[in-house]
Amino acid sequence: MAPKFLNMNTAIEIKNISKSFPGVLANDDVSFDIISGTIHAIVGENGAGKSTLMKILYGMQKPDNGSLKINGLDSKFQSPKDAISAGIGMVHQHFMLADNLTVWENIVLGIDNSNLSKIKKSKYIPDITDLSKKYSLPIDVNLTIDDLGVGEKQRVEILKVLYRGANILILDEPTAVLVPQEVEELFENLKNLVTQGVTILFISHKLDEVMEIADRISVMRGGKHIGTINKEQASKKILAEMMIGKDLPTPPTRESVISSENCLLLENFSGVSNLGKKPFEDINLEIKKGEICGIAGVEGNGQRELSEAILGLYPIESGNIYLEDIEVTKLSTRERRLTGISFIPEDRQSQGLVVESNLIENIILGKQNSTVYSSKFKNVLFKNASKNSKDVVDNYDVKTPSVQTLALALSGGNQQKFVVGREIDGKPRFLLASQPTRGVDIGAQALIWDKLKEARDMGLGVLLISADLDELLGLSDKLYVIYEGKLVKQLEPKEATPEQLGSYMTGLGI
Amino acid sequence: MKIYLKILSFLTPVIALAISFGLTTFILIIIDRDPVETFTLMFDYGTTGKSIVSILNRSIPLYISAVAVAVGFKMGMFNIGVEGQYILGALIAAQVGAVLILPRPLHVFTIFIVAAIVSGIWAGISGYLKVKKGVHEVISTIMLNYIGAGIVAYLLANVFFEKDENNSLKVPQTNYLSESGQLPPLNNILGIEDLPNLNSFIVGAVFVGIFYYWLVWKTSLGFDLRATGLNPVAAKFSGADPNKLIVLAMLISGGIAGLVGMSNLVGYFHRYTIDFPTGLGFAGITVALLGRNHPIGMALGAILISFLERSSQILDLNDIPKEIERIMQGIVILVVVVSYEVVRRYILTQEVKLASRIVDKNE
Repeated sequence: MAPKFLNMNTAIEIKNISKSFPGVLANDDVSFDIISGTIHAIVGENGAGKSTLMKILYGMQKPDNGSLKINGLDSKFQSPKDAISAGIGMVHQHFMLADNLTVWENIVLGIDNSNLSKIKKSKYIPDITDLSKKYSLPIDVNLTIDDLGVGEKQRVEILKVLYRGANILILDEPTAVLVPQEVEELFENLKNLVTQGVTILFISHKLDEVMEIADRISVMRGGKHIGTINKEQASKKILAEMMIGKDLPTPPTRESVISSENCLLLENFSGVSNLGKKPFEDINLEIKKGEICGIAGVEGNGQRELSEAILGLYPIESGNIYLEDIEVTKLSTRERRLTGISFIPEDRQSQGLVVESNLIENIILGKQNSTVYSSKFKNVLFKNASKNSKDVVDNYDVKTPSVQTLALALSGGNQQKFVVGREIDGKPRFLLASQPTRGVDIGAQALIWDKLKEARDMGLGVLLISADLDELLGLSDKLYVIYEGKLVKQLEPKEATPEQLGSYMTGLGI
Repeated sequence: MKIYLKILSFLTPVIALAISFGLTTFILIIIDRDPVETFTLMFDYGTTGKSIVSILNRSIPLYISAVAVAVGFKMGMFNIGVEGQYILGALIAAQVGAVLILPRPLHVFTIFIVAAIVSGIWAGISGYLKVKKGVHEVISTIMLNYIGAGIVAYLLANVFFEKDENNSLKVPQTNYLSESGQLPPLNNILGIEDLPNLNSFIVGAVFVGIFYYWLVWKTSLGFDLRATGLNPVAAKFSGADPNKLIVLAMLISGGIAGLVGMSNLVGYFHRYTIDFPTGLGFAGITVALLGRNHPIGMALGAILISFLERSSQILDLNDIPKEIERIMQGIVILVVVVSYEVVRRYILTQEVKLASRIVDKNE
């Protein structure tokens, strides 16, 4: 702990907190302190366990193990109500405001339970105006929420929480919805709040912002607390390394199986602007058969939109896409699937499986119109589905009582092995793998890596989009870094270091 | 699935019915009526030959209406508009059928097809509005019910009215279908002469059930429908086009809805009159819920509701308020829906446990 915080009190003491969900250990023995009157940032990739930890702090979830001390008092929250009375307030990423009510009505809502028409304006407005002055959060309390900008709505959320007596504020990715000017304003406001004695927890994965605003920074990765450092000791590079991990396995030597035949070609591929910004821009990629092309990047830099665009689900502004010299730019998702694009989605449960159906039905998903599963008269060929699902279960070591078991009964790792098997089997022409091992156990991860290599060796071209550096360096034949929607750097996977990757991924190396 | 789980899911409706009986008994005791007497009366009256025919005849449109609703449910959509769809389809089909003169099988089939097309288009409007304008189908189908009823009233009063001999009086009903457009009852074929007429469209209802089962569970289109209903995002990533499916599902649902009125049109009234039964579209929602969208479950549901409605008619004569039947219907629906959900959740947790045990054994 740096000397400058020595004489200050601990606002929150997190001790040995663990929390698991089926198939995932979301928080693994997390312990650290948050000092009163500071801005404390918590950084980590998506899925690192930040949100779970915040939900525990706010009483939305109960930890399996461990304890919390708020302002020195042992706290066991049953619900957010308890957290609020202990002085904790949460500003959600998505605002919880009634759009057709005014600012002051929104702030009072839930405190005064009398009929809205009976609530005395005069009783609350002076208080709220004072509060907004005290904390320098200027707002016209008589305006309707609908008429406010995003930054102002956020200010209302903050006021709402302060009005309930919070002295510890949790902000969940508060800048995600803001434009740069609003971000600056927010940071001014936050610094002001801290001088008034408020403690702020700031969740983010944007290192620039964290370095600008935070006094102390905790890094989480894979559910574990990696470390907490003061800003003075931190740099973006250090944080990036902590976030991604620096111990790397030596990539196994192997003979290149890259053929000269094209597998997938992207030409000047740009997505349609969303919120005034192209999610990805001018992507040029050439993937050969038998080649794994890795794209490294911190999440939210256009990877999701890029993979959706390759599947035909995100609209593109310009560019062409070829699959083995067949242009598929204008084809529908179904036609692309039939042409031979396979896809391992980043979120298997919502994008890759119908969890309430059994494995036989799930093996069909994505190929329901191929001749393997659809007869001449468009009847489903369940016989093939049953056989192929058994094959995938055997070959990919999917642990399940039978193929009639519902997908939701399987653990995360087994679900993912099944999805990977489904997508690699049946000789696709090209495989798009998006975070193929995120959130799975080590055993499943190793198997999936082996299977991807095997498929590559058999001549499959793969686009591997990932934030896992081990995965990227260990599997890729060539490697790009994506930052703010652009491929900013091509690296040689055998020579690249995690430091290098980390700095390009956070936009420093440019 | 383990055998005991299969037996459990098979027994669910039986258990649910037993609970419903229990609750109804309780209510009968509260209003000071003898439950044993009530149930005996209902059972005896409801199982007479006459009653059975009447129950089957009632079940036909109920079942088809339930299937129409279920097609939407399977895709995650709520078609509340079966009501408007079938009355509009029946009226137009009645008018077309009355004007046309065709050989028998063709005449009848033409009437069916016209009804299916008109109702399908009426439902398709909701699908189109949802895809193009983002209007929720619940809102648009309800609105279209009112509009449909309005159109039916207008057409009956001003366009399709039957002319009096002296051409002076307007009777708000279509002309009779010629005999080639009518379906004779099944009684002669089955050799049951001493009973009321059994509507031969019961065969049509069976075909609708088979068609529904085949379409939803056996075809690639049905696969897309079910996948979209259970997980629209995964379905989209798998290549299913949600917009196309929304319109298609509404067209199919509406097309089936068009057949709801057919048993009454070609098999009983032979014309569209102001007495033509309404409300079957809403009752179909109940039956679809009761039967969990299952082709056989819905058939049993339709028969059960018809049985309650028919058998309760005896109660008034014995100084038991007939309204008890309404309460029974409500209880049955609630209990069945709740028990299915409880059992479904129980089976799910058992499956998860079973799967995790396998993993433990292997490791």
